[in-house]
Amino acid sequence: MSALWRLVRLLPVYVFLYLPIVVLVVFAFNDSKYSVTWKGFTWKWFGKLLANGQLMDAAVHTFTVAFLSATAATALGLLAAVALYRYRFQGKRLLQSALFVVMVSPDIVMGVAFLVLFMCMGLKPGFLTLFLAHTTFCLPFVTVTVHSRLAGFDNHLIEAAQDLGAGEFRAFRHVLLPMLAPAVLAGWLLSFTLSMDDVIISFFVTGPDFDILPLRVYSMVRLGVKPDVNALSAIMFGLTVVVVFTSQLLLRRKK
Amino acid sequence: MRTTNLFRRISIGGAALWLGVFAVLPFLLIFATSFLTRDEASFVALQPSLDGYAGIAGPVFLDVLWQSVYLASGATLLCLLVGYPFAYALARMRSRAKNFLLLLVIIPFWTNSLLRTYALVFMLKANGLVSMTLMALGLSSEPVSLLYTEAAIFIGLVYTLLPFMILPLYASMEKLDNSLLEAARDLGANRFQGFIRVTVPLTTPGIIAGSMMVFLPALGMFYIPDLLGGGKHVIAGNFIKDQFLVARDWPVGAAASVVLTLLMAALLLAYHLSAKRIRRNGRSNGFEGGEA
Repeated sequence: MSALWRLVRLLPVYVFLYLPIVVLVVFAFNDSKYSVTWKGFTWKWFGKLLANGQLMDAAVHTFTVAFLSATAATALGLLAAVALYRYRFQGKRLLQSALFVVMVSPDIVMGVAFLVLFMCMGLKPGFLTLFLAHTTFCLPFVTVTVHSRLAGFDNHLIEAAQDLGAGEFRAFRHVLLPMLAPAVLAGWLLSFTLSMDDVIISFFVTGPDFDILPLRVYSMVRLGVKPDVNALSAIMFGLTVVVVFTSQLLLRRKK
Repeated sequence: MRTTNLFRRISIGGAALWLGVFAVLPFLLIFATSFLTRDEASFVALQPSLDGYAGIAGPVFLDVLWQSVYLASGATLLCLLVGYPFAYALARMRSRAKNFLLLLVIIPFWTNSLLRTYALVFMLKANGLVSMTLMALGLSSEPVSLLYTEAAIFIGLVYTLLPFMILPLYASMEKLDNSLLEAARDLGANRFQGFIRVTVPLTTPGIIAGSMMVFLPALGMFYIPDLLGGGKHVIAGNFIKDQFLVARDWPVGAAASVVLTLLMAALLLAYHLSAKRIRRNGRSNGFEGGEA
């Protein structure tokens, strides 16, 4: 009885979180351009979306940046986590502080800081600047994810590997990496979604000739709501659900 | 032996170099920019001055700051009121569905926040679903638009940031030791007293962490007042964005960023100190709770 009552108490929050998304997805199939009255089922907005070159380009750009940034951030973040776990070195505290600063800084401050940096470097705002910025803000999250997995690791395994003649690199490759694989994958997925979700930092570091989804939608919403944006949202949301559940399954099975 | 050193060097050097150039350096540049002078041609002139700080000392920025604090604290309070009972009910569930229910809270947070803001625009606009529902229920005779109101900004901020409040709260409630509550009941406390004197003090770190994870990002979310408030309201984020991209006054924008960062650091420090105090108190007199 009380369990059911608890479930009912949770319901309003779920309705609040999901209703806008569900409504948006449902109306992506509505055969009417402006009204919220139901005029019948249609696929035409998805067709319109595919024909909307600007929007499709922006979608491809977003995916490309997310994929490459997540990969770079995972490689660097993994190395940082292993270094922090394995070694004592000068500036270790500094490295930890830098990771912490990136994690807690307000997006808006990071955005303008990148803007100033790239201007000083003379980099043209576009793909490269986006990639560098996204890799930077994803990196600490990978380090933390991997480092927390290392916390319970038995160091004797590495010592055993070294007694058997493995160097530092081989010990990492054959002992640490297989054990860390789920955390590395989780870090990559987290970075990918963080990059896909970012609005504020991207706003400052991308240029007019390299459009990405959030910013494309930002300028479209100001001109009013369009059903092909609904169709796009429906696809993005479906994709998110698939990615989240896949990652959950992967992490569960590995445990 | 050589490879050993090589791996060590690569792993430390790679991360250190990247963070040095792309994390530490930009912050130093912002800090430096806030003490320089505005220049029409190249954004900043290398002439030290306090112009930036003079620019944010005036009534304009103070008004922005006041509005930001008002909107962000309102959103934080709303998130707490909605999130606390929710996290509590979820944490106390004994079913196997718990993890799945938690996952359901996180999924929307992984959907692009701008698309979710767009979903709210769709709900709140003049002929949107909310307006239709109100008319169908007979609560309103004509279409109402909630869009471009203060209420819409609060809805938008809470909608975007609620998961950030729920997760730390849930984490602190998960760790709650049920025997403490039982002890309180044995000592004659009723449900309400047990909640106020045991549960709330012990979950204070979660409350503070959740509040910070809502309050701080809220200050920067310039697109929410833009799209849902129609630009009538501003938060610190709007001010900084406009200084850099519209007014082209880098020193003022940089000075505002420095102030925002310092505010954040102060809050983090306060959190760190209070969490430490609560841990100390929690050990010595868990039943009294910290006099927070």
